[in-house]
Amino acid sequence: MSINIPVSGQSNEIYSLSVNGQVHQVKDAWIGESLLYVLRERLGLPGSKGACEQGECGSCTVIVDSKAVCSCLVMAADAVNTEILTVEGLGPNGALTDVQSAFLSEGGVQCGFCTPGFIVAVHHLLESNPSPTDDEIREALSGNICRCTGYGRILEAVRTVADQRRTNS
Amino acid sequence: MPVLIPRSVDELVDIFQEHPAAKLLAGGTDYMVEVNLHGRKPETMISLRQVKELSEWSVRSTQRSITIGAGLPYADMEHGEIARLVPALAQAARTVGSPQIRAAGTLGGNLGTCSPAGDSLPVLAALNATIHVIGPDGNRDVEFSDFMIGVKKNSLRPAEFVHSVSMPIVDGWQGYAKVGTRNAMVISTASACLVRDSDEGIVSIALGSVGPTVIRCHGAETWLMKTMSLRAESTLDPVVAQEFGQRVAQESRPIDDHRSTAEYRRHAVGVLAQRLLLRSFS
Repeated sequence: MSINIPVSGQSNEIYSLSVNGQVHQVKDAWIGESLLYVLRERLGLPGSKGACEQGECGSCTVIVDSKAVCSCLVMAADAVNTEILTVEGLGPNGALTDVQSAFLSEGGVQCGFCTPGFIVAVHHLLESNPSPTDDEIREALSGNICRCTGYGRILEAVRTVADQRRTNS
Repeated sequence: MPVLIPRSVDELVDIFQEHPAAKLLAGGTDYMVEVNLHGRKPETMISLRQVKELSEWSVRSTQRSITIGAGLPYADMEHGEIARLVPALAQAARTVGSPQIRAAGTLGGNLGTCSPAGDSLPVLAALNATIHVIGPDGNRDVEFSDFMIGVKKNSLRPAEFVHSVSMPIVDGWQGYAKVGTRNAMVISTASACLVRDSDEGIVSIALGSVGPTVIRCHGAETWLMKTMSLRAESTLDPVVAQEFGQRVAQESRPIDDHRSTAEYRRHAVGVLAQRLLLRSFS
């Protein structure tokens, strides 16, 4: 049987999303709400940032079923029965991940607005490709826009993590 | 206004028949922009995410054809077997948006939206792709040239949806080229796909973003095939390539809009055509 997910125009329907390994109930949602909106405004997970709302900036990047996607372009009610991973869920108990530490040590963070999206995209890249070339890094991050750093230090941070992981493995 | 989530093609057919006014949601990369920025109020939605059959693809080697499900994301066309068999489609897929968009956006979504700038559409036109459609009255096949009928208009009937697309595996060179204002994350201002079947000595070229629909340049194709041989062993006179580009440009029907001017688009698409033809001989 198909699932009739009862999301309604205005009223008090409920659906569930699995985010960072926890099941959250979403109540009183409007059908047009994006996953980004629901994460930030309903589930108390403001790590994913909203800027362009049209998939151009990458600030809202999250992992849905092992794919890095723009959460602003996912209809939240359509993300039922998927596994969602946000920047908040990358490190254990709020500790920084190696990618986050490298962004700090290499100066890949300035205003910080784009950073969560980059962090998620870099985790996703290194998961599938532990030793990316510079071109592969640039291509993997081509959907994330930073207006401060000029990208050089972000690329350096990615190289640093890849090197560290190779040394430690 | 529910989101309906069928799990199989059969369920999808039934649900769509019950809700013929519902909107199909594939990757969401077009639709959610409308909701987020253009005040679109979602109607009843039918999500395609969990209809696994729609994201499958298969090769029929006896018939030299490949069939790609409407729900397969572009990311899965960029590399591997699909890229080897239909390189122009892989090139077009790689120019779509960003990795995040390519992980979500689908061939079926491109056909559903039917924008003249849809990156996969010139490839489907140049390859004479067949669109497999399913609806309340059963299955039917639609040639691409009969599918896209206007700006963001296709010939789907009520409660019909795109199941998959078949295209031939061609011996010979094929490629896609696109002009935009940046290297990544760009909607094309002009695009072209050229397919050269060097067994049959046939060329086809289709243009995107330079008319209300994707345009097949039958005039330029016929002229080229009368002017020279396109078989594997032949060579290309650069003057012929230049005239081919000019003839292709004449067949385009571009407009001025916020992305470019008609004059620039006509020029650019001629350059793309010339360049693709030269590449097919290099």
